[in-house]
Amino acid sequence: MQKVLIVGATSAIAEQAARLYAARGASLVLTGRQAERLQAVAADLKLRGAAVVDTAVLDIDDLPAHARVVEQAWKAGAVDVVLVAAGTLPDQAACEASVMLTVKEFNTNGLSVIALLTLVAQRMQAGGAIAVISSVAGDRGRQSNYVYGSAKAALSAFLSGLRQRLAKSGVAVVTIKPGFVDTPMTRAFKKGALWASPQAVGRGIVRAVDRRRDVVYLPWFWWGIMFIINHVPEAIFKRAKL
Amino acid sequence: MSARIESWGRYPRAMQRALPLGYRDAGLPAAEGTLLPYGNGRSYGDSCLNDGGNVLCTRGLDRFMAFDAASGVLRCEAGVLLSEILALCLPQGWFLPVSPGTKYVTVGGAIANDVHGKNHHVAGSFGSHVRAFELLRSDGERRLCTPEENPEWFAATIGGLGLTGLITWAEIQMKRVLGPWLATETYKFGGLDEFFALSSGSEGYHEYTMAWVDCVSTGESLGRGLFTNAEHAPTPPGTAEPPAGRLAIPFTPPMSLVNGLSLKAFNWLYYHRQRTKLRRALLHYDPVFYPLDGIRQWNRMYGPRGFLQHQCVIPPTEARGGIEELLREIAASGQGSFLAVLKLFGDKPSPGMLSFPRPGATLALDFPNAGEKTFRLLERLDAVVAATGGAVYPAKDARMSGKHFRRFFPAWERFQAYIDPRFSSSFWRRVME
Repeated sequence: MQKVLIVGATSAIAEQAARLYAARGASLVLTGRQAERLQAVAADLKLRGAAVVDTAVLDIDDLPAHARVVEQAWKAGAVDVVLVAAGTLPDQAACEASVMLTVKEFNTNGLSVIALLTLVAQRMQAGGAIAVISSVAGDRGRQSNYVYGSAKAALSAFLSGLRQRLAKSGVAVVTIKPGFVDTPMTRAFKKGALWASPQAVGRGIVRAVDRRRDVVYLPWFWWGIMFIINHVPEAIFKRAKL
Repeated sequence: MSARIESWGRYPRAMQRALPLGYRDAGLPAAEGTLLPYGNGRSYGDSCLNDGGNVLCTRGLDRFMAFDAASGVLRCEAGVLLSEILALCLPQGWFLPVSPGTKYVTVGGAIANDVHGKNHHVAGSFGSHVRAFELLRSDGERRLCTPEENPEWFAATIGGLGLTGLITWAEIQMKRVLGPWLATETYKFGGLDEFFALSSGSEGYHEYTMAWVDCVSTGESLGRGLFTNAEHAPTPPGTAEPPAGRLAIPFTPPMSLVNGLSLKAFNWLYYHRQRTKLRRALLHYDPVFYPLDGIRQWNRMYGPRGFLQHQCVIPPTEARGGIEELLREIAASGQGSFLAVLKLFGDKPSPGMLSFPRPGATLALDFPNAGEKTFRLLERLDAVVAATGGAVYPAKDARMSGKHFRRFFPAWERFQAYIDPRFSSSFWRRVME
C-alpha cells in the first residue's frame, strides 16, 4: 500500500491529486493551516477509499514544527510519496511597497519549502518520490509577479540539485510547473483558454510521480510557452508587457 | 461580468460575476449586487441565472462528509453531483432515492428545484428523501433545517429555487438496491387512452414508469408512443459495467439540427423501431435513467439560439383531455422535439412550498428556439395548463408570464418572507414583474 504525505492538502490542486491516491486505497497524511478545512478534506478522502487518513495542522512558515510533522508522517512506516503544494500568491504591488511582505512571501513560497524538503530528504528511501509544486513563474522573473517567481526559481534550483543528489539513492524528485490553474488562489484573474482545471493538474501530478518524471509543465503546452519566453533576449524582454 | 455562465437551454443569455466557493465553513464572498447559488447549470431557463448580479459557484463544495453503508444515510456538501453519489454508493448497494433525467446535477440543485423522477408515483419528489441541510444566510447565520427543526425554512428551501440562502450541505436517505441492473418492459401504445390504461394499471406494480410520446403524429395516431416500466434486478452472472459514453457535441452548429424534417423522421423511426407490442430487456441503469447523459453537451444541437423546454402537470381529472389538447397544439405547430416524455405523478405530497410535482399527468418536451412563433406556442400551452388548474415547472422555464406563475404556485406570497434579502435570480425578477 502506497503511503503519501501531502503538505498543503487543502489547496485545490493537492486535493484533486489526493482523491486519485485515495481511490487507489493509499494511506494519506495531510497537512494544512486550518484544522476545520483539513478535517473536511480528510473525511472526504476517507470515504473516497483512502485506507488511513492522518492529519496534522501545519503552517509551512512555522519551521520548528516541521520536525514534528515529519516524525508523525514516518511514525507508522516509511512514506513513499511526498507532495508539497503549500504556497500563496503574493500581491506583487503590495510587495513592492513593503520589505516585510516581500520577505514573508519569499519565505513562504521558497525558504519554508526548502527547509521542509531538507528534513524530508533525510528520510526518503529508495523507490520513493518527492513531488513539489513550483511554477512556470520561476522560469523567468516578470514584473507582474517576480517576488513569487523568484521564490519559485530558488525552489526549482534547489529541487534540481536535490534530484541529482538523490538519484543515486533511487529517490525521484519531481518538479511540477503548473501554468494558470483555475483555483481559489487565482480567483481575482480573468480566465481564458490557457487556464486549466485543478482536476487536470491533479491528474498530471499523479501521472508524473508514477512515471518518476524530472520536470513537468502542466498542462504540457506550457513547456512550449516557457521555451519561447525563456529565449526572448533580455533587451527585448525588459520592454515587454508580461 | 461575463456570459460564461449558461443555463442548459442556452436561452436566455445573462451577464453575471461568477464567485467560486471552496469550503463550507467560509462565509459568503463579499460582492456588490445580488447573489444566487449556481450548481452544474442543468436548469433549462433562467432560474439558475442572475443577470447583472453574482452567482455562487457551488461545484467547489464537492466533499462527502459521511456515509453509513448500514443505514444508507449520506451526508455531503451541496456541490456534489448525483453521478458522484452513484459512484460512491452504488458499489455498496445504495441508489439515489429519486433520480431526475440527468445525473449531472448537484445535490443543492436537486433540493432547490425539488426534482422528481420515474418513481414519483411510489417515492414522491427528491425533497421527500432529504433528512437535513444547512442553510447559510447572507447575515452569516447558519440554520440547520429538518422536517422537525426549522420546518418552515425546510419547506421554503426545498423547491425554493436557491432564493432562501445557500445550502452548504445536505443529508439524504439513499435506497437499498440489488445492483446497477434493471428489468424493463416496453409497451408500444397507439394513443392516449392506451397510455392512461397502461399507467394506471402498472402504477402499483412497478417502481419506475415513463413514456416517450411521438409529438409529431396527428389524427388516429395522436399521442402514440412507448411506455416503459422498470425495477431493480439482480446482477446477472458474468456481466460487466458497460463503458462510459465518450460521445460529445464538440461545438455549437450554426443552426439547430432539430427541424421539421429531422423531427418527423426521428419520431417515426423511434416509434416503429420496436416491432413487437411488448419488449423485455435487462438494462444498465445509465441508458434507462440518463439516456442523454451519454452525449456530452447535447444541448448544443439546437444551435446558437438555444432551446426552450416546457414541462407541465395536469390534474388527474383533467389529465386525459388536457394532454390531448397540448399534443394537438404541438403537433399542429410542427415544432417540438425528439424526446417528449409523459408520466403520471403519484399523490405523495411534495415537501416544498414551491414544489412542482403534484398529482396528475406531466408532459415535458424541448422546442428549438425559433423566436416569436415558439414563444406564442408556449404561451398557448401555458393557457391550456392554466385552464386545467395545472402548473408549469420553473426549473425548465425561461418565459412563462408572472401572472401564470403566481396562479400555478399560489404559495409564492407566503414564500416571499423566506427569500434572503441579498438573493435574487433572473427568473424570480421576471415572474414578480
